[in-house]
Amino acid sequence: MTLVVIEALKNKMNKNNSNKLVKQTFALKGMHCASCVRVNERALKKVPGVTDAMVNFASETATVQYDQDRCSEKDLQEAVKKFGYALLTNQQNPDEGKRKELAKLRRKVIVGLGLGALIVWGSFPFIMDYAPQILKNYFVQLFLASIVQFWVGSDFYKTTWSALMNRVANMDVLVAMGTSAAYGFSVAVTFFPEVFERLDIMPEPYFDVAAIVISLILLGRLLEARAKAGTSEAIKKLVGLQAKTARVVRGGRETDIPIEQVAVGDIIRVRPGEKIPVDGVIIEGDSAVDESMVTGESIPVEKQKNDPVIGATINKSGTFLYKATKVGQETMLAQIIRLVQEAQGSKAPIQRLADTVSSYFVPIVMMIAVVTFVTWYIIGPTPAFPYALITAITVLIIACPCAMGLATPTAVMVGVGKAAAYGILIKDAEALEKAQAIRAVVFDKTGTLTKGKPEVTDIVPLVILSEAKNLKRKDPSVATLSQDDILRIAASLEKGSEHPLAEAITKKAEERNISLSKVEKFKAIAGHGIEGIVEGKKVLLGNRKLLEREKIDIAEEAQEEIVTLENGGKTVMLFTVDSSLVGLLAVADTLKESARNGVEALKRSGVEVIMITGDNARTAKAIAKEAGIDRVLAEVLPEDKEREVRNVQHGGKIVAMVGDGVNDAPALAAADLGIAMGSGTDVAIEAADVTLVTKDILSVSQAIRLSKKTMRVIKQNLFWAFGYNVILIPVAAGILYPFFGILLSPILASAAMALSSVSVITNSLRLKAVQV
Amino acid sequence: MDFADLIVLLSGIGGIGFISWFFFGKKAASNAVEAGNAITIQVSGGYTPATIQLQKGKKTAISFHRTDPSSCLEEVIIADFKIRKFLPLNERVDIELNPNKTGTFQFSCGMNMFHGKIIVK
Repeated sequence: MTLVVIEALKNKMNKNNSNKLVKQTFALKGMHCASCVRVNERALKKVPGVTDAMVNFASETATVQYDQDRCSEKDLQEAVKKFGYALLTNQQNPDEGKRKELAKLRRKVIVGLGLGALIVWGSFPFIMDYAPQILKNYFVQLFLASIVQFWVGSDFYKTTWSALMNRVANMDVLVAMGTSAAYGFSVAVTFFPEVFERLDIMPEPYFDVAAIVISLILLGRLLEARAKAGTSEAIKKLVGLQAKTARVVRGGRETDIPIEQVAVGDIIRVRPGEKIPVDGVIIEGDSAVDESMVTGESIPVEKQKNDPVIGATINKSGTFLYKATKVGQETMLAQIIRLVQEAQGSKAPIQRLADTVSSYFVPIVMMIAVVTFVTWYIIGPTPAFPYALITAITVLIIACPCAMGLATPTAVMVGVGKAAAYGILIKDAEALEKAQAIRAVVFDKTGTLTKGKPEVTDIVPLVILSEAKNLKRKDPSVATLSQDDILRIAASLEKGSEHPLAEAITKKAEERNISLSKVEKFKAIAGHGIEGIVEGKKVLLGNRKLLEREKIDIAEEAQEEIVTLENGGKTVMLFTVDSSLVGLLAVADTLKESARNGVEALKRSGVEVIMITGDNARTAKAIAKEAGIDRVLAEVLPEDKEREVRNVQHGGKIVAMVGDGVNDAPALAAADLGIAMGSGTDVAIEAADVTLVTKDILSVSQAIRLSKKTMRVIKQNLFWAFGYNVILIPVAAGILYPFFGILLSPILASAAMALSSVSVITNSLRLKAVQV
Repeated sequence: MDFADLIVLLSGIGGIGFISWFFFGKKAASNAVEAGNAITIQVSGGYTPATIQLQKGKKTAISFHRTDPSSCLEEVIIADFKIRKFLPLNERVDIELNPNKTGTFQFSCGMNMFHGKIIVK
């Protein structure tokens, strides 16, 4: 019996020893109804080692009590993942870690300010007359101040110790040194007042200084942390746009599955009012889609079969089925989030000066504090020691390297986030800085200023002069080919081409139900046109340069016809058969609605606008005139665009090139700022410094304006941060005392220091309200 | 100038000399630590190790472990790789780097007070 009892006790003890029960709250994502609560609770409770689990739908959290020896955070994650939910650890959910740190900081600030206030009540002239006797006792003040110094201010000591071990210093070192000097002096005065009296030093402690300075600086940090949270709101908003589930059609059945499980090729149904889960192409149905959250475009976009849809946008009216083409990290939203995050992690060149100053700042402030102490001690008024001590402490406390460190990155973070809300994706802080200096913008014509969907407007048959007469014709009795003949041969040839104009011709042939012929020896001649053998004849289709190259004459009447078409802003393609010009095809690409306003906005802000195109000068000028552009670079071969951009740069201007990012990549890279119009759902364009999701020309001037406003805020911040230190450190050292008798109190210094960082961040946050 | 003044003056000069030597003087060269596939950097009053060596074209997981409560160190910035990460206290935050160029790249805290180096060879 005794043995049994002992065994049972042993077991109990072992069990108690092995149990490492912890209760933790995790963020739980993916819940969309109250029933999810039960599903998650059940899943978590089934994990061996979990003793209790409570899920809160409103706060999207799960509070789990579990034995750390028997299960891990990963086991908990796996348990809910099976049902399509995501349990986030603190690392995955940094907000939770930050929240805990802030809660602790808040407690410390409250205790610090409370105790500091009691010490001030018991020691500050005038108000101490109304204080209870106990608060006037130095030993009571010592007790209260010690709590502030070593509990509230413990983090300053921890950082100071680690930093000094590495022979580096930051602001915490200054605070620890300053407050320790005040506290140490006060302790000595409390215990050995007679020693100080013998030295002609008033034995008055400065416990109030040490306690209030620590508390105010921590209060500043609390305010700073709150303000800083606002700088990363853009990313949180973007992440929050993601859909949680998708209604996938598999095996004839529609099932709601977590977004993570959607695969490329899945057919997804989207009903009115629902979020489109991932990127794809509509295969059935039509609707209007609100894409404002991703592209910044406020008007819903009509979508029908074969149109692309973007994940995270909202289906407004109809129901449709679409095929997923991009999932996970490949979706447009994921790319946008990545680009914004990367830009926020980059450094602006303007930050270099602040970086250099920051690296020397703290040790130099320490040296100034030493000089201040020595100066006041030797040549200052009596009592020399307290003056010397207090001024040196004030110098240490008032110095604020943080404001310099925060001046640029906080503004960049808000600026880049703000730009993303307008559908302007800025690659990095350097691009943001460069945009404000742009003085000339070169626009590529096709697909940038124009819609990039050219249409055949005219087919002009010309009199056949040569053996092309032998061609298969609708009506061989007349001296020209018919429009359909021209279209048939031209479309047959263009079928193999990827040029935007080719698409217009083949589309026209399709509309007229023309069956195409076989093409042999197809060849594309960059910047000129194409050639091939159709129906046994050598056929060329291209611009004047192609005919010059092939030494084919253009008859006078054809010349006149070409000029008329070109003056109408149309691109004319010359069509030859066996070295004879037999027809003309005119193609027009309409200007984007935003082109004129976009150009106007740029010109208003003093930016020169230039259009670059492969079109001949007449067509180019006609289109440029319509867009309000005065300077045109026409007949530029694709490979020469880069050189033309450099030529504009040689004119002394900082140049931005706006193109589609694919054909213009070298020109975009050559420009000071490459701006690409996003194509479809691909926004991560390598050659571009800025990608415009909206394809709206107005976005170019918006990007420049936003850059200017961001840079203005950065300059204000830097001016404030530098000015603050340059002016207030000498004031703290007592430079005004000989002239005006002004000395700064260390308590005021700590308040100024605390507000200095907060004011820089608040100034950066102003950018959130900016309209461009 | 009495004796006490002289002592204070000499102590002040000595103090400035010490500060200058301590912070700006030649520090024991911190040897670059070979990162291999993964490395942990302790974040406490700076970065330990402060210099790590990576191989060009090789994926390396860098785990930042912040144990220092200072808000100065709550973010790490590796600007050349466009990385800015919040480091929750007493948590590990993994960053994967796959450098495609050689050279020396700085990383720092959010306020640019503490620094480290990544050498890519």
